[in-house]
Amino acid sequence: MTSLASSKSITLANVREILSAEVLNGDDLSVKVVEVGAADLLSDVLAMSKTGTLLLTGLVSTQVIRTAVIADLCGVVFVRGKKPGDEILSLAKESGIPVLGTNLKMFEAAGLLYTAISENH
Amino acid sequence: MHEAFESIYQVLGKDFANAGKVSTAIKDTLKRLGVNPTIVRRVAIVSYEAEMNVVMYATRGKVLLNVSPDDVTLKINDEGPGIPDLALAMQEGYTTATHEMREMGFGAGMGLPNIQRNADEFNIDSEVGQGTRLFVRVKQI
Ligand SMILES: Nc1ncnc2c1ncn2[C@@H]1O[C@H](COP(=O)(O)OP(=O)(O)O)[C@@H](O)[C@H]1O
Ligand SMILES: [Mg+2]
Repeated sequence: MTSLASSKSITLANVREILSAEVLNGDDLSVKVVEVGAADLLSDVLAMSKTGTLLLTGLVSTQVIRTAVIADLCGVVFVRGKKPGDEILSLAKESGIPVLGTNLKMFEAAGLLYTAISENH
Repeated sequence: MHEAFESIYQVLGKDFANAGKVSTAIKDTLKRLGVNPTIVRRVAIVSYEAEMNVVMYATRGKVLLNVSPDDVTLKINDEGPGIPDLALAMQEGYTTATHEMREMGFGAGMGLPNIQRNADEFNIDSEVGQGTRLFVRVKQI
């Protein structure tokens, strides 16, 4: 997992805007993003994330949501326009994990968030 | 502060649909008991990696959770093929995961190392053709 700490405080609402993302689950987007991490391997997330990390991933499986619950992530962004199925979204809803979807590729999404987080400081 | 607490959970091999439920339940229990969030997170990660290993590689397993004011311990005992070379299995990157498991995001060969990293005390013991026994202690004080 590659990750970057947020020096500038951004929220999930900011992330939605920056990535032109669709909100697939979650009502409260005022949640603060502590750090952003990009990974397709869940053990990487379990090893390297922190509480409050936002996960960018191209991996679509229910285990992504379970990983978010276990590792206290603040949310998940599915990249490359991948559409999580109903099973994944209902688990996210039940578990209170915000989920966004963006058409951007991982590299683009990570780059935009990197810029947003590191500018003005 | 909480008193001593013990609970046992069953995990079924190849039950990918329910994989992770036991660890989620363990996490909820620890939170409810008022265990420090950093400790809860470490135990949950250990439990989840171990649970996934039972689901992926074993026939069935039991997870025994014990919480005392001093520590949280997990014993994960499974019936399964066992691990022929423990030193090799403990190496980062070593995996026998199938394509299906990799599609779910597992099979990085980092599960056992992750478990060890989060443990204050770690023990693994395995017999080929019988099963694997994992013990982890995470100190609370
Ligand atoms: N409970 C188990 N029963 C049998 N084999 C296991 C068990 N746990 C781990 N292994 C073996 O050890 C290897 C490494 O495990 P791990 O570090 O968790 O990585 P991964 O699960 O990603 O392969 C597995 O690929 C598997 O061959
Ligand atoms: Mg594993």
